[in-house]
Amino acid sequence: MANTAKAQTRFRDLAIRYGFLVLLLVIVIFFTVMEPAFMSLRSMVFIFQSVSITAVLALGVTATLVVDGFDLSIGSVAASSMMTASYAMVVWGLGSVEAVALCLLLGLGVGLFNGLLVVVARVPDLLATLGTMFLLLGLQLIPTAGRSIAKGMMMPDGSTSTGEFDKSFLFLGRHRLWDIVPVSVIIMLALALVIWFFLEFTRWGRVMYAIGSNELASRLAGAPVSRYKIAAYMISGVSASIGGILLAARVGRGDVSSGNNLLLDAVAAALIGFAVLGVAKPNAFGTLVGALFVGVLLQGLTMMNAPYYAQDFVKGSVLVFALVFTFSLTRAARR
Amino acid sequence: MSASPLHQTAARPVLQPEGGVQPQGVLKLEGVEKSFGANKVLQGVDLSISAGEIVVLMGANGAGKSTLVKIIAGVHDADTGSIALDGVAFNPSSPAEAIRSGVCIVHQSINDGVAPDLSVAQNLLLDRLCNGETGFFFTPGKARKEAQTIAATLELDLDLDRPVRELNLADRQLVSISRALAQNPKLLILDEPTSSLSQREAERLFTIVEGLRASGVAILYISHRMSDIRRLADRIIALRDGRITGTFEKPLNYEAAVNAMLGHGLLATRNQAGERGEHLFEARDIVLKNGSAPFSFALARGEIVALTGLVGTGKSELAECMFGVRKPLSGAFELLAKTYDPASPGEAIAKGVFMAAKDRANSSIIPGFDIARNLTLPFLTSFSTMGTLNRRRENQSARIMIDQLDVVCQSEQDMLSALSGGNQQKVVIARWLSQPSRVLVLDEPFQGVDIRARGDIGRKLRETAQERATLILTAELDEALEVADRILVMSNHTIVGEHRTADLDMDALLAQISGASIIAQQAASVSDAAHGN
Repeated sequence: MANTAKAQTRFRDLAIRYGFLVLLLVIVIFFTVMEPAFMSLRSMVFIFQSVSITAVLALGVTATLVVDGFDLSIGSVAASSMMTASYAMVVWGLGSVEAVALCLLLGLGVGLFNGLLVVVARVPDLLATLGTMFLLLGLQLIPTAGRSIAKGMMMPDGSTSTGEFDKSFLFLGRHRLWDIVPVSVIIMLALALVIWFFLEFTRWGRVMYAIGSNELASRLAGAPVSRYKIAAYMISGVSASIGGILLAARVGRGDVSSGNNLLLDAVAAALIGFAVLGVAKPNAFGTLVGALFVGVLLQGLTMMNAPYYAQDFVKGSVLVFALVFTFSLTRAARR
Repeated sequence: MSASPLHQTAARPVLQPEGGVQPQGVLKLEGVEKSFGANKVLQGVDLSISAGEIVVLMGANGAGKSTLVKIIAGVHDADTGSIALDGVAFNPSSPAEAIRSGVCIVHQSINDGVAPDLSVAQNLLLDRLCNGETGFFFTPGKARKEAQTIAATLELDLDLDRPVRELNLADRQLVSISRALAQNPKLLILDEPTSSLSQREAERLFTIVEGLRASGVAILYISHRMSDIRRLADRIIALRDGRITGTFEKPLNYEAAVNAMLGHGLLATRNQAGERGEHLFEARDIVLKNGSAPFSFALARGEIVALTGLVGTGKSELAECMFGVRKPLSGAFELLAKTYDPASPGEAIAKGVFMAAKDRANSSIIPGFDIARNLTLPFLTSFSTMGTLNRRRENQSARIMIDQLDVVCQSEQDMLSALSGGNQQKVVIARWLSQPSRVLVLDEPFQGVDIRARGDIGRKLRETAQERATLILTAELDEALEVADRILVMSNHTIVGEHRTADLDMDALLAQISGASIIAQQAASVSDAAHGN
């Protein structure tokens, strides 16, 4: 009798650990059977490309979630970064390296600002980053008086801009290595690898998890908590600015309305990530799989002619399912 | 009618002591068994408690006390066996149902018993607010009046409008106990209620508990503290490895009870006093609080010093100053004859001053980490090369510490939540013993730890004490006597006395602990209580 109980516990542990990955596999097989083209290389690459920007943002949010924070400003950081890159090249005529550097600085700066709001001014994280989000949404409109940025655009003072998007900048968003793998996918995978390694295998990552689990105990174990928290927001900010660069390079213009959905998609991916491997905590691998999960589902449904407007509903369903999985099953098993 | 809750309790027909001459069996357990997975936690437990009786349940950590309490409280179901309350089968399916039937519990973990953001008054009425007895409109004025009645009966001397979050642990504990008492319980279960109370506050609790006994409440009192047990017990039940290993009636044989609980007599922890080397740490003219007198002391290599004094007299503040959490108002520290002024715990640790803070759940344990990762947290640099952690080395080091401190666990990868309180505390101590230190400060290291684990920890501290100075902060005099070579007494945020354990003047020590500024009457009651031991 004790044996069956043990076997049951073992099975439950396995189910929690690999349940989500098995589910992903089942979904892939289902779509492949229904629509053989789903398994084609082209379609796979499309899935990766469709989630790459979301995943980059989600990986940054993961870092703030690890220290028990939250960054609502990532969507607007990405949008601001996109506008910055466009403005730098189109209006100021800067090259791609300068534009990228400017965007990364912007991300770091906003992250620092968020971190200081949370750590020094002691504003609760959700509210602080909500404020920053609003701030940036407004700020990015001011230099162009609310217009989108494109080659030869009319400036607020009536003159016409002279610069244009650098070829090497557009390369980031449009080039495909070996004619098949987009650069943005490579960047997403590289960033995932870096953040995964950082969180799982370095002492800095370990301390960040400790802070997220018990801040006071971490401080009394000697961790400089404030610095780690600020660093987490800076990681989040810089990831979001990379997302913005990729977005600008893909669309080739500074579009004021793009990036609206990025925040929700990225946060959803990071939260779905809690359920992958059943660890019930933020983790980089889970975040990546979470983003891909949504991508697979949307691509499959689209190929099966599901209507476009049902997408958000599908994402929401996956998120709720993952959250229930995380917070009921995993927690119960820990008792 | 605004009769006090206690009187209402007495008015219950079943509980009238003068009504039934022979004691009524309020609670009766027969053959209760419980397993979690393959782990048999309780095996055939029989237990009965009568009205107007205090039964003390003694058991080492992991003996099954908490499980037994949870079954009575309706948190767990028993696998087999029967429970009866007032002769009627009693199978509460939830804590709320148990409370409705008159079974109230004050948990050891204080924060489980209070809602921190609510006021004291609201906390006292929390159960009534939750079960809807109060009706839809419950004006603050009415609430206040009811809370005042409760507070008056229980002699609760707190500002009822203050949020509980602003109270210290001892006061929170009193609120949580008062909250249970406001329910007019038939059976009151107290799980180590004095573990964070000062002697004076404990004394107040004892008076309340004795009053409840007189009014016919049955009380199950769980404690390791001999002073509590001597004061209150009518009957002692010893629990070991899920079985009842002894029931002791009056006249109570305490040694036999301890023996039944541990399975062997208590080993004396006191070893030879440590060899006292040169001064490692000195504090000069420290002022902790506006208006408190400056004090100085030194800690020498090899000695174990206990700093004792009532709760709230500034012991923890001193420890926090030494560990870089805060700064003294004036005065200076010296470490190895050099100025020592740590700006953060990180700097203190780097200089070899370690501290295990009190209240381990909040201030020491990382709940999301396993044993090994909890142990290595302050010393990650020494487990990593270029920032990359070496898990194998971490686990190795953890296994050594688990072995040395006899932590009961499956492996170093267990989560701390799976361990009993005493074993969790061993892990906390092991963390700070795992690397050599110059000064080791332990704030209430024996809080919520059973006698056996306390002995293990004390022995280990003594074994490793040669190369460092050890300072132990405790409000418990017997703990100080058991483990220290020298005792410093703190009162009113200053050090008022120093004693060598070897030739101790108990009366002088107690007089210093009770403090000059505390009203003579209270001081007398403290020293009475201590003498009563």
